[in-house]
Amino acid sequence: MENYANNYVVVAIFIVLGILLPVVALTVGRLLRPSKPTELKQTTYESGNEPVGEGQVRFNIRYYLFALMFVIFDVETVFLYPWAVAYNKLGLFVLVEMFIFAGMLLIGLLYAWKKKVLKWNSV
Amino acid sequence: MQPWLNQALTWSNALVLFLWVVVFLFIVLGFVTYAIYFERKVIGWMQLRIGPNRVGPLGLLQTVADIFKLLIKEDTIPRKADRVLFIIAPALAYIPAFSVLAVIPYTQKLYFADLNVGLLYYVALSGISTLAIVLGGWASNNKYALLGGMRSAAQMISYEVPLVISVVGVILLSGSLNLRDIVAAQDGGWFWDWNFLPQIIGFVVFIIAAVSELNRTPFDLPEAESELVAGYHVEYSGFRFAFFMLSEYVYVYAIAALTTVLFLGGWHAPAPFLDFVPGIVWFLLKFAFIVFFLFWIRATMPRIRVDQLMGLGWKVLLPVSLLNVFLTALYLELFIKN
Repeated sequence: MENYANNYVVVAIFIVLGILLPVVALTVGRLLRPSKPTELKQTTYESGNEPVGEGQVRFNIRYYLFALMFVIFDVETVFLYPWAVAYNKLGLFVLVEMFIFAGMLLIGLLYAWKKKVLKWNSV
Repeated sequence: MQPWLNQALTWSNALVLFLWVVVFLFIVLGFVTYAIYFERKVIGWMQLRIGPNRVGPLGLLQTVADIFKLLIKEDTIPRKADRVLFIIAPALAYIPAFSVLAVIPYTQKLYFADLNVGLLYYVALSGISTLAIVLGGWASNNKYALLGGMRSAAQMISYEVPLVISVVGVILLSGSLNLRDIVAAQDGGWFWDWNFLPQIIGFVVFIIAAVSELNRTPFDLPEAESELVAGYHVEYSGFRFAFFMLSEYVYVYAIAALTTVLFLGGWHAPAPFLDFVPGIVWFLLKFAFIVFFLFWIRATMPRIRVDQLMGLGWKVLLPVSLLNVFLTALYLELFIKN
């Protein structure tokens, strides 16, 4: 275990190769593929019609609300992971503590549920 | 990998490690090629069709031909698209998909990186893919792509929560985030010592959430061709499109391997008298079964509606996965700890 850092070297190699493959493949592809851009080819696709208005349209607020919920519960998992790893070494106290913590978040989930945040066609 | 990992790092050792990872990269690319072939063949059989059978013997070169076609196809970037983000997005989808494979152990001896935070590393990196899909959808400057990207982001973040909470039960049982320790903790000799039976709730939630994270049928709404044309990659062509497909199939590999490690006992044999079969064979059998299972449900299930999808994630899977955590913790508290 004294050379534990080697494992992170392997992780770095994976990431470097992950970056290299798209770079190499797309560069090689550039040499192989034709490039004859025309004005019509480069228009935005809209089922064969002329594109109407802006592409980056406004969309529903529901996506934003789900993103907010995600932030809350993802932070919870950040707390759950170390808790779960150390659980066997800790006493009953931490179970009660986590119960209270998750309970409070569940109340938040119930509140969102009641407020029809979780209903897709609510707004 | 073990002998090189345990030695002090020199340039020659680093080169050996690098070459091993290159070999592994080609194995993964080979897997992706034949997973696509196998998927088309299996779905063909299930729908009483033949599937690809023209290119090469039994159609074995079909996917190779497809990849070559994508490679030599003209690459069109729409004039209105945000060029830089448009180019970055497919690469960003692929990089985490390949990087997460670093922590998967295949047998006691065969693994790449033995991180003590392996599972956390997997979960953290796989979350980045959502970003790539939103980027691709936004940069295309296309209504279908934007809606597909947003829908995909909403789906992936909604199912990421139950996915990461459902594995907490496994962490509780093994007391470690290291994937090798998690497999070692399932070593009881018999198949009922594997986590999928003690953690049956977590297992079911994990499988459902994993299929959704992969954007595969019945949860393939981001690419719903009947309503969104192709979703976030509608403007992509040629090899950039291929990278979105590639990352999807690399994630199939990753999820199948992770399920095997977390819930199906990794390289352990299902019964003590079957121990003479090498561990890698057991690993590959379980892995192949999960991959087949993913193709199987694709042929079986219809796509579900978007409101049902979000409802299932937040109203069913999230409470159930939390319940699983506390049931496991209570079980450990009452029966194991003392």
